[in-house]
Amino acid sequence: MTAVQDAAQVQAPRPRGGLAQSVTDSLVVAKRNLIRMTRIPEMVIFGLIQPIMFVVLFSYVFGGSMSVGGSTDPGTYREFLMAGIFAQTVTFATAGAGAGIADDMHKGLIDRFRSLPMARGAVLTGRTLADLVQTTLTVVVLAIVALLVGWRVHEGLPKALAAFGLLLFLGYAFSWIGALIGLSVRTPEAATSGGLIWLFPVTFVSNAFVDSSQMVSWLQPIADWNPFSATVQACRELFGNPGVSQSDAWPMQHPVLASLLWSTVIIVVFRTLAVRKYRSATV
Amino acid sequence: MPGAIYAEGLVKTFGDVRALDGVDLDVPEGTVLGLLGPNGAGKTTAVRVLTTLLRPDSGTAVVAGIDVLKHPNEVRRSIGLSGQFAAVDEYLTGRENLQMVGQLYQMSGRDAKARAGQLLERFNLADAADRTAKTYSGGMRRRLDLAAALVVSPPVMFMDEPTTGLDPRNRQQLWEVIQELVASGTTLLLTTQYLEEADHLADDICVIDHGKVIARGTSDQLKARTGGERVEVVVHRREEIERAREVLTVLGEGEVSVAAHSRKLTVPVSGGAKLLAEVIRDLDARGVEIDDIGLRRPTLDDVFMSLTGHAAELETNGETDKETVA
Repeated sequence: MTAVQDAAQVQAPRPRGGLAQSVTDSLVVAKRNLIRMTRIPEMVIFGLIQPIMFVVLFSYVFGGSMSVGGSTDPGTYREFLMAGIFAQTVTFATAGAGAGIADDMHKGLIDRFRSLPMARGAVLTGRTLADLVQTTLTVVVLAIVALLVGWRVHEGLPKALAAFGLLLFLGYAFSWIGALIGLSVRTPEAATSGGLIWLFPVTFVSNAFVDSSQMVSWLQPIADWNPFSATVQACRELFGNPGVSQSDAWPMQHPVLASLLWSTVIIVVFRTLAVRKYRSATV
Repeated sequence: MPGAIYAEGLVKTFGDVRALDGVDLDVPEGTVLGLLGPNGAGKTTAVRVLTTLLRPDSGTAVVAGIDVLKHPNEVRRSIGLSGQFAAVDEYLTGRENLQMVGQLYQMSGRDAKARAGQLLERFNLADAADRTAKTYSGGMRRRLDLAAALVVSPPVMFMDEPTTGLDPRNRQQLWEVIQELVASGTTLLLTTQYLEEADHLADDICVIDHGKVIARGTSDQLKARTGGERVEVVVHRREEIERAREVLTVLGEGEVSVAAHSRKLTVPVSGGAKLLAEVIRDLDARGVEIDDIGLRRPTLDDVFMSLTGHAAELETNGETDKETVA
């Protein structure tokens, strides 16, 4: 082994601190997570297969027996369904963030990061940004499949892009919930199941797969005020898809604003909790 | 002036367990402190507190002249961390790992890249630089881990059980690297379960058990505390044991202990080699045939045994469990 003394002494530069450092640190960590995704492509592929499976199952198994706005045409249900599947897909990315962070804790990488003079939230922000990239990829593939089964955009491209923007924003918000779960459980396996279980009631007690007016009366307000429903409703409006809820609930009347507000609140609350948890994280 | 690593009255409890129960440390600049203790003694907790990973319930800690509790981010610029935690990313290549760590020490992308190249050369990893760390052998991974801790030349290094699980050849190699590092002026705190390792690398040793420092000093001082040297004799025939015992009773300094089945006699002595020669002459004069004879000094194992009342627990499979800190 060559002498250790030979290499020049390197000093750690003085941290710039502030927002600039947060941004660069987050990007360094995001890059790391994206490199990992390319090295474990099966993770990305499974992430793609799942929503496609949902589209096919819901369209062809339930499609014929569902009525949307009085119509029982399976084609109408498929158009109605897609906003729900899109929203479900972006929120299921939560489990990925949780499992990834729990794995980093387990392997000791979080300790490595915490011993470095880096921005406090950067490890988590980097992870959620990388997940956002993966979610975007999944949404693009899913949109192609949706077009193949007959889903169409009726209100023009700008509105459709706005809808995708809302979806990705919701997915990003939910990945912060995943980050908190990942930091709170003991094993990556627990993060995977813990990251998914609560998503089922959240996505099913909503307007994603059925019109909330068809639910029992006490469930209707829950579905109408579900953060998830606001985004689904907004997407149906912006895509011009059938089945827009006629409910009087405020989020159903102002879905775009409600969606933006909900996602912002989720980010503020869960980012704060997750960063606090990160700072005191111990395996 | 306090040393490069200084701690006073560190206490950390997890529920009912007092992982640290008033630990004081003082490591002069440029020296190596070996923190020695069995699993769960509090070694890892102590390192986690000193490296800003864990806040103590009470006590003060100063590393490289900076208060750990008041200015943790300043401390992080001045330390390197390597060992059973502080891992590398196995899905990144060696080069990508070091580059990332450099950038997170706030080096520019270009500087981090150049530094990664230097370190890969220095740690004999240049050929494997562009393979993922997953493909590395245990020894290579430890070297990469150590390189990550040296991306900036930190004045203070912490190594938590750096050679646990390594084969003897790799352990020897890592020891050499550590010795070179210390020779260049780095202050090092090293935790280990291997008494031999502390003996080999550390200037001073702190023995810790149940969250308390139970002994400290140089390896020689600790051994002297445990008791001096002794003579061990293995005689050829069982009938010779009695005669040998008579000789040793006269020349030794205490009770002669006898293990009849192995025909071994042991007695504390003072007088070193000169006395040993005398023992041999007298045994010979009494016609005792000797299979083996020697002057034994206490090992750190003996020290540990006498201090804690139990032997240092060495892992059988080479992998340690993390100390329970949650």
